[in-house]
Order: sequence, then C-alpha cells, then structure tokens
Amino acid sequence: MKVLVAVKRVVDYNVKVRPKSDGTGVDLNNVKMAINPFCEIAIEEAVRLKEKGVVTEIVAVSIGAKVSQEQIRTALALGADRGILVETDVEVQPLAIAKLLKAVCDKEQPQMVILGKQAIDGDNNQTGQMLAALTGMSQGTFASEVVVEGDSVTVTREVDSGSQVVKLSLPAVITTDLRLNEPRYASLPNIMKAKKKPMDVMTPEELGVEVTPRVTTLKVEPPAERKAGIKVADVAELVEKLKNEAKVI
Amino acid sequence: MSILILAEHDNASIKGATLNTVAAAKAIGGDIVVLVAGEACGAAAEAAAKIEGVSKVLVADNAAYGHQLAENVSLLVAELGKDFSHILAPASTSGKNTLPRAAALLDVAQISEIISVESADTFKRPIYAGNVIATVQSSDAIKVITVRTTAFDAVSAEGGSAAVEAVASAHDAGTSSYVREEVAKSDRPDLTAASIVVSGGRGMQNGDNFAMLYSLADKLGAAVGASRAAVDAGFVPNDMQVGQTGKIVAPDLYIAIGISGAIQHLAGMKDSKVIVAINKDEDAPIFQVADYGLVADLFNAVPELDSAL
Repeated sequence: MKVLVAVKRVVDYNVKVRPKSDGTGVDLNNVKMAINPFCEIAIEEAVRLKEKGVVTEIVAVSIGAKVSQEQIRTALALGADRGILVETDVEVQPLAIAKLLKAVCDKEQPQMVILGKQAIDGDNNQTGQMLAALTGMSQGTFASEVVVEGDSVTVTREVDSGSQVVKLSLPAVITTDLRLNEPRYASLPNIMKAKKKPMDVMTPEELGVEVTPRVTTLKVEPPAERKAGIKVADVAELVEKLKNEAKVI
Repeated sequence: MSILILAEHDNASIKGATLNTVAAAKAIGGDIVVLVAGEACGAAAEAAAKIEGVSKVLVADNAAYGHQLAENVSLLVAELGKDFSHILAPASTSGKNTLPRAAALLDVAQISEIISVESADTFKRPIYAGNVIATVQSSDAIKVITVRTTAFDAVSAEGGSAAVEAVASAHDAGTSSYVREEVAKSDRPDLTAASIVVSGGRGMQNGDNFAMLYSLADKLGAAVGASRAAVDAGFVPNDMQVGQTGKIVAPDLYIAIGISGAIQHLAGMKDSKVIVAINKDEDAPIFQVADYGLVADLFNAVPELDSAL
C-alpha cells in the first residue's frame, strides 16, 4: 500500500529561540533549521513498514517555502520514494495544512498518512486530527506502536492514564509519539541517491485550497523569568529552606 | 456568548481538568454548558451539574461514545457546537485527540493550550516549548480552544445546580473501535494535580532506582514524574513524562532529581512555584530555573533527604 508522510521544516530542537525585541515575531535569523523530530519518527515508521513488505511506496509531502525542499530531501534520504512540495510563502496554519494534505490525498489515494503529533515550533498538535476529519479517515494519534493487519491497523496510543489500543479501518491517519521508534541516520550513499529521486512542486492555488490565516498573532513576548535561585550546601540546609523559607513541606 | 465544554470524565466521575476548563470559560464570560459524552455516564453528568458556574449539562449517553473515540465524539461536538460562540476542552490527551477533529468539521481553527484569556477572541499561548508566549486573535465565528489546565485555578466541584438534558444524537463513524487500555495504577496523587512532584531523569540509571523516589514521594504525599530520557530508556512508563510533549505540571514544589534540564523538560515544569534540583553536575541547566540547587550525588542525597523528612 501507499503511505503519505508529512514533514515540516522547523527550528532545530536544540535551539532556544527568542522573540524579536519589537514583539512582532520570533528571531529566526541564522538559526539552524531541521526536520521536525516527530516527522522524522513518521518517516522512520513508514520506512520500517516498507521493509516489512507492508508498504510499497512512501510519498513525503511538505508545505511551505521553497527551502522546505531540504526537508523533503532528508525524507528521501531516509527512505521515502518521492516528494511533493506544496510551495507557499504564506504562514500556513494547521487547518489550511490539513486542507492542502487532503487535496494531496485526493490525488494520491494513500491507505495511510503518517504525521508527527506536533511540530516543535507552533506546538499545535492539530494537523493529523484535522486531516482525518476532512478525509473522513479514522485516526490513531500519539502512536507508540502501529501494526497493520489486512485492511485495518491496530494502534497503541500514549494517553494520560497509560496506553490505549484502538483498531482502525484503513485508510487511516497516524500521528507519532516519541516511543514509536528511534529514527535512523541517513547514510551518505542514500543522501546522494535522494538527489535523484523525483519531487513534484505544486501550489495551494493549483490544489484549489484557500490558505488565508484564521488566527492572527498580535504579539510575542518572552515568558516570565524565574528569579535566580541559590545553591544549598547539603541536604540539611535544603530541608531547612523548604520548611522555613519556602514553606512548602 | 455561550460556551460548550467537552468534559473530561470516566463515565463515573468528572476529572479535575474539567474544573480548570470551566475556570477558563468563566474568564471568557457567558453561558457555560458542559457536554458529557460517554456510555452509562449518568453519574458523571450528575457530578458535572454540581460544578460551580455551569448553567446546563448535556449528556450524550450512547455505546458509540463509550470509549470516547475521536471519530464519534467529534461528530457530536461539531453538531452541538454550531450553536455556541466557544468550544473548550482541557489540553489532555483526550481533548487534544478530539477537539481538532471537531474544529475541522466546523471549518474553524483551533487555538491550542491557552494560558490566559485576554478577551473573547484573544488569548495567550506558549509556543517553541514555552520559550515564547504568543498573543493570538481568532477571526472565526466559533472559537475552538484547548486549555492548559495548570494556568487556570479550578472552580469548585460543588455548589452548582445545572439542569441535565439528554442528547439523543448517536454518531458512530464506524471506522474505529476500542481494543483495550493499560491504566497505570497508583495510590499516589495524579501527576497533573499533585501539589508536590518528585521527578527522576537519566541520572536514576535504571527503573529499580525509582523506588527511592517512590519512597520520598510517599513521605511528601507527592506524585512521581520523569524526564523524557528516563521514559525513553524504559525506566518508567510514558504517562510519567513531564515536558513539552508530555504532561505539563505546576505544583507548589517540584523536585528534579538526576535531570539535566533540557528545554523540552523545562517547558513542562518551569511554572512550578518552588523548584528544587539535585544533580551532581553543577553546570546542569536545571540549576538555572531551580530556587534551591543541591550539587550532590543523588544516590547519597535522596536517601538522606528521605530520612530527614
């Protein structure tokens, strides 16, 4: 079966970003960009399903500016077969991304769409669920195990109370959680091969999707700073401080 | 204005997160209606009716909603939600699973994990692992919102006397089914509601060593959490993870033991009132947010702390 994997270009997870001093946005000048870690897990899962013989083709899709091609190339180097870039310079929000992905699904007819559960920039955790709603697909969010059997998929989900197992009929949307797998590194030969893999470029207009933002960011600011703390010499001092100064025990 | 809240419940009772969500709804202002969607959930609906500030409880009691599968509940929320100006749910794994699906069915955006209400259409929410706070304004007719529960003080579970009204709609998308659940059993308080949290990281070295933290937690009446590193290493289960993509906690006292303090972990606990860090690496970033830092080998310090309490 065919699997669609969505990948997003985000600030590298090691970077601590700061708001611009005028509060109009986040300072992303000269910041290292990378594939969203949860999207990397999504690609890895698709590749493992292909290695097991369950999946026959992996299509990696990204939505954003032209530079997002870099993240599609990364996905191709990790084992995706071909790429699709939906190119736009507009700030695309989760609902619009879900609509664009639906339009791609209408063309590609995948049996499964795997996405990261959230992107580490906007921290929205919405796109997979919205795509599932728009396509009428079932959804297995926050997945820690994915087992395909015939025309259904059994997904173990990480939930607040522990874990939950659901059985979904295909086609289905899966969103990845941290424990689903540990992504591999792309080998140099695979990085070279990825350069020759096909990549289609399309626009929201060609897909007939309206991407105007529904939510406007009025300002951004740093969070409240914690005042500097102190180092205590030993356990006795710690207990004394917690009892008499902080009064929390 | 009228606000629909999707209740967090287990059919028998209402979860505390619902009370924080009602508090967010009160900050928006307007009529507050709570939807209890489940199966044999009459007791939960009765409990919802007693919540302070709730004017009506809608109860959808049907086998299709038994395990609150998102495919089914989102159809119900989208149907009922058309008549409201706001739809809220706690930013729990359950709310996060269902609400975006309902928002898309209504063709509106969702605003995730709000931490304050500025006006009926403007909210603050953390982005970039909480390193940036964004003030956002929605232009949609229906505002669909998940609420970061630690940012709103819970309303009282008692004192209300809302009318309970049955909803007949039974939506069964027929595309998903519940298989089983593995629920972590613990006598300790719930991680997200505890007033004291003791958390362990990679420095704990293995799962057995968490016994030290359980002992300490029991003396303090605390919940036990963990960093992603400890969960990934298999020391403890995923429901204990505190951080950007795990649980968000804000207890009166947070004790981080053997946790270095990656930004993703800090995102989940830095709103705690008092933070204690015990780590043998004096340069560990956790000390930058700690009110009280103790540079020490946890294998000496934790038993000592345990016996001092």
